[in-house]
Amino acid sequence: MFTWLLRRLFQASFVVLAMTIIVFVGVHVIGNPVDILISPEADQAERLKIIAEMGLDQPLWRQYTHFLGGALRGDLGRSFVFNEPALKLIGGRMPATLELAVTAVLMSMCFGIPLGLYAGLKPNGILGRVIMSGSILGFSLPSFWVGLMLIMTFAVQLGWLPSTGRGETAELLGIRWSFLTWDGLRHMAMPALNLSLYNISLVLRLTRAGVRETLPMDYIKFARAKGLSPARVIFVHVLKNIMIPVVTVLGLELGTTIAFAVVTESVFAWPGMGKLIIDSINVLDRPVIVAYLMMIVLIFITINLVVDILYTVLDPRVRLETKA
Amino acid sequence: MVRGFRVLARAMAILAVPAMAAHAQTLTIASSAPVTSMDPHYHTLTPNISAHGHIFDRLIDQDASGRMVPNLALSWTLRDEKTWEFKLREAKFHDGSPFTAEDVAYTLARVPTVKNSPASFQIYTRAVVGTEILDPHTILLKTANPYPLLPQDMLQVMMISHKLGAEPTTEDFNSGKNAVGTGPFRFVSYQPGNRLALDRNDGYWGAKPHWAHVDYRMISNEAARTASLLAGDVGIIEFVPPADLAKLRQDPKIVLSEVVSNRSIYLWLDHSHEGTMPEVTGPNGEVLPKNPLKDLRVRQALSLAVNRPGIVDRVMEGAAIPTKQYLPPGNSNHATDLIPDPYDPDRAKKLLTEAGYPNGFRIVLHGPNDRYVNDAKIVQAVAQMWQRIGVQTTVDTMPWSSYATRAGKQEFAAFLLGWGVNSGEGTNPLRAQIATWNPERGLGTANRGRYSNPAVDALLDKAMSTMDRDSRDKIVLQTMKLAMDDVPVVMLHLQKNIWATRKGLTYTARVDEETRATGVVETKP
Repeated sequence: MFTWLLRRLFQASFVVLAMTIIVFVGVHVIGNPVDILISPEADQAERLKIIAEMGLDQPLWRQYTHFLGGALRGDLGRSFVFNEPALKLIGGRMPATLELAVTAVLMSMCFGIPLGLYAGLKPNGILGRVIMSGSILGFSLPSFWVGLMLIMTFAVQLGWLPSTGRGETAELLGIRWSFLTWDGLRHMAMPALNLSLYNISLVLRLTRAGVRETLPMDYIKFARAKGLSPARVIFVHVLKNIMIPVVTVLGLELGTTIAFAVVTESVFAWPGMGKLIIDSINVLDRPVIVAYLMMIVLIFITINLVVDILYTVLDPRVRLETKA
Repeated sequence: MVRGFRVLARAMAILAVPAMAAHAQTLTIASSAPVTSMDPHYHTLTPNISAHGHIFDRLIDQDASGRMVPNLALSWTLRDEKTWEFKLREAKFHDGSPFTAEDVAYTLARVPTVKNSPASFQIYTRAVVGTEILDPHTILLKTANPYPLLPQDMLQVMMISHKLGAEPTTEDFNSGKNAVGTGPFRFVSYQPGNRLALDRNDGYWGAKPHWAHVDYRMISNEAARTASLLAGDVGIIEFVPPADLAKLRQDPKIVLSEVVSNRSIYLWLDHSHEGTMPEVTGPNGEVLPKNPLKDLRVRQALSLAVNRPGIVDRVMEGAAIPTKQYLPPGNSNHATDLIPDPYDPDRAKKLLTEAGYPNGFRIVLHGPNDRYVNDAKIVQAVAQMWQRIGVQTTVDTMPWSSYATRAGKQEFAAFLLGWGVNSGEGTNPLRAQIATWNPERGLGTANRGRYSNPAVDALLDKAMSTMDRDSRDKIVLQTMKLAMDDVPVVMLHLQKNIWATRKGLTYTARVDEETRATGVVETKP
């Protein structure tokens, strides 16, 4: 286990290093932030002063080594636009995205697994068919459209829920969270649902497929023959065995949900990282773009690691030392 | 099942207390772009200026139609050609300390020292080379050369207190520590790119603001902004998306207010290549020895081929007016003898033939697709109109982040841009866009097509050294006419600034694009 972990961490640091190069070169190809930020009325001296302050007068390799040096000290640079450390900016936005993404993933489990289970157990029933066809919509409807429809229905027409923003927040561990206040929860309901629709369909289909595959197996038949209650057969023997693919996918989806909450965040004006990164790309705020992408790489690596460890808990047959 | 749903629906309806009822004295504003800082001297960005104006005051302000009005300065007069005298009013900062001439001197000295400023306000203070305090409410501003536009520059500089000490940091403004002004509202809290909360300043020197609290939200997504107004979560939205205009005009719960702005949309034509311009080729793709765009007749033809009323009507949904100059009718620098070019494809074809291009030529027309209102659609419409006079036009649009860099490199033959004249004064676009490119002197800095006309340059120099307002206006009008008749750019339209409020509120539409809580008035239903 220990050597495996060490090897994984070593691989991870390589991935991070490779990403820094790709990202750094990538953002430099897009365009020059000076042309976007600087006032077109500025004269030559003012232009040169700003370029020097941003460090853009240096050759690319020197900018890169400067960035690496800073990164090793935990400093990913200052935002051109906000004049605040990029990490602080992203850190300030992260709780909003995290609570939204985690809520969305929890919702997808709460809705997806029971529905999938039902559809798997009653594949030919009317409700089972309705669930399956409904999940196609969850996959195929674009989330910005669904988001707008939700706003039109629940905020504009019915007036039940607030249309946009994060609402009241309460402090826990020095960070402000929405899920601790009633107003915050009401603001979170629609964006979280919107973000989870795709995942609900995904989990639902995985669960159903797993159930259909597991039910005819010998050990299920044996369990039934032994006279175990149907509830125990389904919830212990079937469900536990189909959880591995579900956990893998959900783990990966958590990363994707955090990284690509962009659409939902901008439709609902949710002040998370996704909105920050879109605004930053529009004005080529390089330090923020780079810091954000580095952060996402780290999140993905961490989640994959946790998923691997979860396997051993769920399925004792998986042995990390031998497999890695 | 149905009954259960009804019970659930009722429960949700009870739990959902309408947000508006709770705070009758609160105004919620949805701005269209993130406010990136609370430091009023950090970034010359309209959304920032619009938000800062609630907390800070300038020496001179603009009224809704763009005319200069006294603000912290009661009057400003010329003592001699290089010295301006400003008389200041009695006012108090939010911390209770009085506003004096010392604060003006301090502010002007601070502006160029702001660290890491991506677009410095220095462009508005660079003309001032010295200050002299005569008494606490009189200050002299000195310039190196006669400079008639000092009052216009002062429109953009917000006054801060000298009590902030040496080198106040932008961070301290963002945290609210330094965000102490003389304006109608006080700083409460700020979350970058998300929200700004303000409270009424009860010690304000001017008319007492109506709103006790202002909740300033930044909702950059257009559809979400409209939806939050329709849902009643916000009281007013700015930059109403044209696509929603028709619907909102018919909604009895919504009131619109609009005014023609100082922001023009136009197509730059390349003047930098004398010989072959790679993006302009013959009708069969052959290399042309000369750049056709250097010929006035070709430029006139390209302008006459554009159906401006059509673009305004169909693409802009009426949220613009056709123009041939940078400033709207009613402005003292609007030349009444510059009429928008008519749509005349026959004359355009004739002009092309006279210029030696009877079969037209091929050209690439570029545009951003995320910068100006309907930018990509405008470019597509123009391309089809050019097609009709035999100019085979290829359209190429891209995000502003890569467009801005390429448009500055003289790679493009024809490309769409916009220009907003914050000061509402005519030499601003002439100096930045039309004057020959000369970065050392700060002239033609935005002249991306590298247009150059010595006659225009000479007239502009004359305007810039004429201190009397009326005589200068005359020269500016003359310069504008001379320049625009030479078609340096194909002018398209002036955008309208449009706000939408909930019924029961009205907003006085402003030429300068700013959304001010003090301009939102409650009307009895």
